[in-house]
Amino acid sequence: MVVYRQEMKQNRKILLIWTLSVSFMSFICLLLFSEMKSMVGEMDEVFASMGNFTKAFGMDQMSMGTITGFYGIECGNILGIGGAFLASLLAINMLSKEEGSRTAEFLLTHPISRVRVITEKLLSIITQLAIFNIVFFLLSCIGIAILGEKIEWGHFLLYHVANYMLQLEIASICYGISAFIRRGSLGIGLGLAAMFYFLNIIANISDKAKLVKYLTPFSYTDASDILSVGKIDVNYLIIGIFLTLAGIVIAYIQYNTKDITA
Amino acid sequence: MAKCIETANLTKFYGKARGITDINLTVEEGEIFGFIGPNGAGKSTTIRSLLGLITPTSGMARVFDMEARSNRTKILNDIGYMPSEAMFYNGMRVAEIIKYSADLHKMDCSSEANILCDRLKLDVKKKVEELSLGNRKKVSIVCAMQHNPKLYILDEPTSGLDPLMQKEFFALLEEKHTSGATIFLSSHVLSEIQHYCTKAAIIREGKIIVCDTVEALSKTNTRRIHITGAEKVYPNIIEQLSSPLEDLQTSNRGIEFLYTGDINELLHIISQFTIQDIRITEPDLEEIFMHYYVNGEEQ
Repeated sequence: MVVYRQEMKQNRKILLIWTLSVSFMSFICLLLFSEMKSMVGEMDEVFASMGNFTKAFGMDQMSMGTITGFYGIECGNILGIGGAFLASLLAINMLSKEEGSRTAEFLLTHPISRVRVITEKLLSIITQLAIFNIVFFLLSCIGIAILGEKIEWGHFLLYHVANYMLQLEIASICYGISAFIRRGSLGIGLGLAAMFYFLNIIANISDKAKLVKYLTPFSYTDASDILSVGKIDVNYLIIGIFLTLAGIVIAYIQYNTKDITA
Repeated sequence: MAKCIETANLTKFYGKARGITDINLTVEEGEIFGFIGPNGAGKSTTIRSLLGLITPTSGMARVFDMEARSNRTKILNDIGYMPSEAMFYNGMRVAEIIKYSADLHKMDCSSEANILCDRLKLDVKKKVEELSLGNRKKVSIVCAMQHNPKLYILDEPTSGLDPLMQKEFFALLEEKHTSGATIFLSSHVLSEIQHYCTKAAIIREGKIIVCDTVEALSKTNTRRIHITGAEKVYPNIIEQLSSPLEDLQTSNRGIEFLYTGDINELLHIISQFTIQDIRITEPDLEEIFMHYYVNGEEQ
């Protein structure tokens, strides 16, 4: 696991900064709930009457006055965007950075198979995303405990698992792309994550765009479904799992036969 | 003797761009083999095929009697490779890079690494981004040598090293060679090849144009002729010579040129004139190289 250790070490700083900033942003947001709750009557009306904006963030289905509604809308969006960006950021460069910084020639002239390199790098992404989610999850638990709110813990856990799967899907697609490109291309990764996020918003607003829900992983992390009812839309999830596996398989096939010329 | 490296009609195209065509090379165990050619001739492409970094378009490359691409992990166990442009991971220290390389070999090479760093005067506490080209080369040397491989593949190893370090590097290399290692040395510094190599191949525009022992390469019938003290008759001499002259230089000290024709004819012509002095010398490898390059199309 030499390459795995190397990747964990190399990404240590960015992971630490990203995890802490996203988690604390959500944590602070969560603590504002007590204030929100006291104003719930008037606020709910305001939030529920913003037309498309209400629909875009699922506020037509959840109430900002309840902890699940508030968490799903506020913290859920922070987790969704923060997690998706981290996943793409880690994965898009994971393979290509070796060629970009011209270290591929160093790494791949050592007696280690490319399959092993791909596997260990992939494992490091999976671990790093797990660390991010665990920290976020624990801070959220602490926040909810501080607020003294009661929450359906099973739904809550399921919501976080779904988000982890969303990040894995974005990471896998980016990993597949990373095998093709020859230098880091943060733009592609972040662009892809942002596109998925906005596709979901568009699908929320317009009934005509419902089909794009099948494309974006944000469809199966819908807070109103999971946090209040405790179910994931399996159709979206199956497509998500398929795309995750496809990204990984493509990464293996492409990187294993790729010509390393720098 | 066993074959360490063997290629047959090795060809690589990058899309339509030429990499190498029909490279045939054999390097036997215990040899120091020189691989000469200017930048862009295909040296690195050949080396990358041997290391399994690229898949050849056609032909085969074998190292230690194994197909290079499919057995690369096994082959790389016994190879010490120095790339022409050594790059490492920013943010890491020299010691960490050397350790990472040893870890990738699943070996503990710390004592050998210490000796090498000491001899090369390499500061292991430095960060990668602070390293000069010469220091990066030194890190690369340590990474290539610390696990005592059977075969060294060195791509322009001395560029960026100061003369003292070049000397130390070749001293190290000769020690490794004495203890049984085979060395494949790519370079465009011909004096290096002439000094240290037993055999050499010259590559030009992706093709091997000559491959022989360095001794035989130096022993062509081409001679460098210097004539002094006959300013007025130089044009007459040149006019009478039937073979074409190469690298003709006229200065106030006399004329000199490379002559490949019949030496008797030359002497006969010169004897008709009064000259002050004549020197006939064997050309050095550099001149032979130029000769092959200028006449490349005729080969």
